[in-house]
Amino acid sequence: MSATVEPDTGVSAGAGWPLLTGQHDDASLTDHLLSPIWQTRPGWWWLFGLSCAGTLLFIGTITYTIARGIGVWGNNIPVAWAYAIVNFVWWVGIGHAGTFISAFLLLLNQRWRGSVNRIAEAMTIFALVNASLFPLLHLGRAWFFYWLIPYPATMGVWPNFKSSLPWDVAAVSTYFTVSLLFWYLGLVPDLASARDRAATLFRRRVYGLFALGWRGAGYQWARYRAAYTLLAALATPLVISVHSVVSLDFAIAQLPGWHSTIFPPYFVVGAIYSGLAMVIVLLLPMRRVFRLGDVITNAHLDAIAKLMLTMGLMLAYSYVIELFMAWYSGNQFERFTYLVDRPTGPYAVLYWVMTVLNVVTPQLFWVTRFRTSGPILFIASLGILAGMWIERFIIIVTSLNRDFLTSSWHFYAPSWVDWSILAGSVSLFAFLFLLFIRFVPSVAISEVKELSLGLGEGQVDLAPIGSVEAEHA
Amino acid sequence: MRDRDWAGGVYMAEFGSAAELGRAARAFQEKGYRMIETYSPIPVEGVVYRRSRLPKFVFAIGALGGLASYLIQWYANAYSYPLNIGGRPSHATTAFLIPTFEGTVLSAALAAFFGVFWILRLPQPWHPVFEIPDFDRASVDRYWLAIDARDPRGSRELTVNELREFSPLRVVALDPEPAA
Repeated sequence: MSATVEPDTGVSAGAGWPLLTGQHDDASLTDHLLSPIWQTRPGWWWLFGLSCAGTLLFIGTITYTIARGIGVWGNNIPVAWAYAIVNFVWWVGIGHAGTFISAFLLLLNQRWRGSVNRIAEAMTIFALVNASLFPLLHLGRAWFFYWLIPYPATMGVWPNFKSSLPWDVAAVSTYFTVSLLFWYLGLVPDLASARDRAATLFRRRVYGLFALGWRGAGYQWARYRAAYTLLAALATPLVISVHSVVSLDFAIAQLPGWHSTIFPPYFVVGAIYSGLAMVIVLLLPMRRVFRLGDVITNAHLDAIAKLMLTMGLMLAYSYVIELFMAWYSGNQFERFTYLVDRPTGPYAVLYWVMTVLNVVTPQLFWVTRFRTSGPILFIASLGILAGMWIERFIIIVTSLNRDFLTSSWHFYAPSWVDWSILAGSVSLFAFLFLLFIRFVPSVAISEVKELSLGLGEGQVDLAPIGSVEAEHA
Repeated sequence: MRDRDWAGGVYMAEFGSAAELGRAARAFQEKGYRMIETYSPIPVEGVVYRRSRLPKFVFAIGALGGLASYLIQWYANAYSYPLNIGGRPSHATTAFLIPTFEGTVLSAALAAFFGVFWILRLPQPWHPVFEIPDFDRASVDRYWLAIDARDPRGSRELTVNELREFSPLRVVALDPEPAA
């Protein structure tokens, strides 16, 4: 098996689409990948203006919530967990695909991740920034959040580690820290490239400061590689564990619809699924606005779409097993929640919309043409993101609003503040991501150069996921 | 080898590709040179380094972090202020394992991150090689081989001539700073 080089179409990787296209040498590739941080494009300004407005809305509604208390939300008793926790679970989940692509696929030696891993890692960090805000606001008195940390307080009491709340604190803060370290470590050689390509002294100094004096010595590369692989190996169990811990918030409760052993794997699959959809939603406009089509090719879209299909099928399996277990348990409350309330109750419309979006949409990706079609991928991914948000809403709200006693049933509807905070958090995410594209090398330049070298010399066999090399030399 | 400051001077050759650098680096090692370093925009297989001790360090710190996480929980909930909630045990191993796992990963990751920068002595904003004109292309498309002037195998004339045999783009000699 060998990779072939075709001068006109760039570098081909056996069967399937090339991972790199265009005529590039090391210098032009570096300049091409750095170009977004030197000059902007009109599309960027439009999106940035919009995201600034939304971020102001976010700040405004958070201020309002803190000033007036969470009574301004639609929460009630029994639905004490509502939008705040739905948004939290949704954002944490989105983060998972970033770590999945950057760490999991690194260890599996999936070299195609090289051009998208930086973007996916940034997505993880910004998703976690949003996610971590919601439990804090939901505390009501957000300014006492540090009571969750075990420090020797004069009050003499400690957090209760049998509760899932300190687990979340441990899981999310670890996840955020490790993601940030991993991201920055990966950036160092590219920041050095930015330093060395900077046109002005000011830029040279700023990038030079963050590049820490990296000089690409062989000794540095060897140790750097060891540390990067170690961090990837440490981040990989977090892909599995963080959303498992989040799911335990529900699974350790007694409530029908929450009290289930399938929750950890079910949540992890849903998390990676929604995160991959977010990767697509970010990649496609970015590729167009900054003309990164040479390094983000159909091979990448195809691989991500196939992963989405896989995760979608696993999620559908979880849905079916949930229904089966509810019936098989013989428990009247379980049966009511899963088989009566969700499909026919007050939130039935959302339930069916969720089912269609999450189970039917990914079936498009059986077709090769749809896996590589920008518009279809983009719309399908938006659908999956919406579907996954609704899934968390269904899990949280339907279980709470109708539990064991009919006398305690109560309908829940969000308030305008809930909606504004959700829209605002999406804007903050976009705001941070747009700044990232503009100021940080958003494609791992050294990895792409290495890939291009490996392909050129035929050392690396880089068939995209699932393609079969028919040639046997 | 470590290129901390090239205190004794260094002879460097610039190449246009990773393959040329790799070939030259291997050849110089076969010739018996030991004080060799490379500079490149991507990792180049040339000089062989000894195994890193970083994994052992990371393992040790991770294990300590996990142990500390468990002890903090035991101290807080089972020893200092036991809370009886629904008659469940104060020393709840299964519940404590979750933050223990997170503490292990967090400490190990911090150890890997700060450990590698400590090993590499970064940040180090200035280094003698940065004084070479156009060395900034070493992070873009130029590949450098460096031989310490103190390497017993070579001498100024011999090393520079041997570097020239690999037809580099140019050869540069950085002499040690004269003592003031």
